[in-house]
Amino acid sequence: MKKKKNRGHSAEVWYRLKKNKLAVVGMIVIIIVILVAVLAPVLAPYSYDKQDLMHTFAKPSAEHLLGTDKFGRDNLSRLIYGARSSLSMGLGATVLSCIFGLTLGAIAGYFGGVVDNIIMRFCDLFSCVPYLLMCVVISAILGPSLMNAIIAMSLAHIPGSARLLRASILSVRDMEYIEAAKAIDSPHAHTILKHVIPNAIAPSIVSITMGIGGCILSGATLSFVGLGAQPPLAEWGCMLSEGRSLMRDHMELVLLPGIAIMITVLAFNLFGDGLRDALDPRLKN
Amino acid sequence: MIPVVFGVILVVMVLLDNTPGDPARQLLGDNAEEWEIEEMHKQMELDKPVLYRYGKFVWNLLHGDLGISYFTKSPVWGNIVLRFPYTLLIVTLSMVLAMLIGIPIGVYAATHQYNWKDNASIFLSLFCVSMPNFWFALILVNIFAQKLRWLPPLGIDTWKSWILPTVSLAIGYAASLARQTRSSMLEQIRQDYVVTARAKGQTERKVIYKHALKNALIPIITIVGSTFGMSLGGAVIAETIFSIPGLGSFTMSALTSRDYPTILGSVFYLATLFSVILLIVDIVYGLVDPRIRSQFIRSKRKQKSSGKSALASADTEA
Repeated sequence: MKKKKNRGHSAEVWYRLKKNKLAVVGMIVIIIVILVAVLAPVLAPYSYDKQDLMHTFAKPSAEHLLGTDKFGRDNLSRLIYGARSSLSMGLGATVLSCIFGLTLGAIAGYFGGVVDNIIMRFCDLFSCVPYLLMCVVISAILGPSLMNAIIAMSLAHIPGSARLLRASILSVRDMEYIEAAKAIDSPHAHTILKHVIPNAIAPSIVSITMGIGGCILSGATLSFVGLGAQPPLAEWGCMLSEGRSLMRDHMELVLLPGIAIMITVLAFNLFGDGLRDALDPRLKN
Repeated sequence: MIPVVFGVILVVMVLLDNTPGDPARQLLGDNAEEWEIEEMHKQMELDKPVLYRYGKFVWNLLHGDLGISYFTKSPVWGNIVLRFPYTLLIVTLSMVLAMLIGIPIGVYAATHQYNWKDNASIFLSLFCVSMPNFWFALILVNIFAQKLRWLPPLGIDTWKSWILPTVSLAIGYAASLARQTRSSMLEQIRQDYVVTARAKGQTERKVIYKHALKNALIPIITIVGSTFGMSLGGAVIAETIFSIPGLGSFTMSALTSRDYPTILGSVFYLATLFSVILLIVDIVYGLVDPRIRSQFIRSKRKQKSSGKSALASADTEA
């Protein structure tokens, strides 16, 4: 009991997170997927676009652990490289939307008044179109490519993250310690970064974690309809759409990338769930 | 609400105007002469500034006219009316199915918390939330249409062809509904009024369904409403996989051919619809929850409630 009292806030969260087995499993899977994505050229036995037209649709064997596709490309290598594109879609879109969303949300929540009104009306503008339609429209207008899909998804995510941070800042803004910071004439930027955000960020962290999984899913969806990563790039959604026309005889071409997506997204969801429980002060003890 | 929808149209129009791609070139083909394209631009009024075209779009809209498609030369409004019922049907069917599956599972899991049935249903629903919808649809097609040949893989010819799209869409919604239902039921089940209801000897069934579930409904309604609105625009994927001639696939093909009037028309239609649905959800809150209704009457507490509801809505959107 004594030990527990001495722990700081983040150590406390970490302690509670560690106790949640599912969250730990999720975290391990996330780390593995990230390592696979980073080390893709080392890990993959072949290149993602190396064709071998003599051995198309090969069954799993020692050379090709998961078989080959219609161009004789190694499925395992494509899955490994696919982790790269899919993760960069998920992470890229989330990071971009966080940079803009959190900044806008913090400014709107902290200053309030006219600034708040303008930023929130701007957010309303982007959130009155259904999410997926928004992604499809923007990425189709910008032209189909991996980068444009990331931009489209992050644009669609900005209002959500801005709103969430603003709402939790509103509950912190009138606290005494903020007043104290203002009283000692702390600059606005300093107050926001050092006092407001650390106390209001918890809900946003959870939604960011979940958001990465969500972005991997919607990124795969965009690639599936031909608006994201373009062939011959290996991306899980892209591989699904290539496998679709062949699935009557070669179901594994559809199953493999789908399972990869599901495991990754599941890991992010498990970790996010665990993080939410760990950050929730009501569940202390 | 209405100004916001018009703002969206302006954003889409400016985006369309500043990105590569030219409907005139699409229409006339690659061999078209420069003067032909210019002529076509004049005919489409693409040589005029964006604001002029925007003003004209809004003016025509106020007169009930969404313009004429560049490619099919038919009125956009007529096309939307023709295609929307398919989208509405599949989304409604899958939403109803999702509610029938998801809410009971969530209630069941909450009332049997921490036992293996709870764990199993929660884990299963987490799986279903994490898998791509279209992937599940492809697996269903492979099993039931290609291998077993029980159901048609695409089209809308018989009632049988609606089964696969409905089920594949519903499974994801059902899973997220089950999760939401479980967590809000867990919150309610520990309240004092549940103890009171049990203490006065009410049957367990009534305690759960009449007392607790009724109070747990608010977040569930939010999810149902926003998912319904979202999927009216987001059924694109299911529509393309199963070749359903709905509004989603219609918008999709208009986007690839850069058919401006059709893009603007359907975005306007779907955005308006989405806003109206969210408004209806807010009204339904008042109908289900007398506490919220009373907040509208007593303006003194309004400040507090608006802060709370902002947090709640941000929560659901995230």
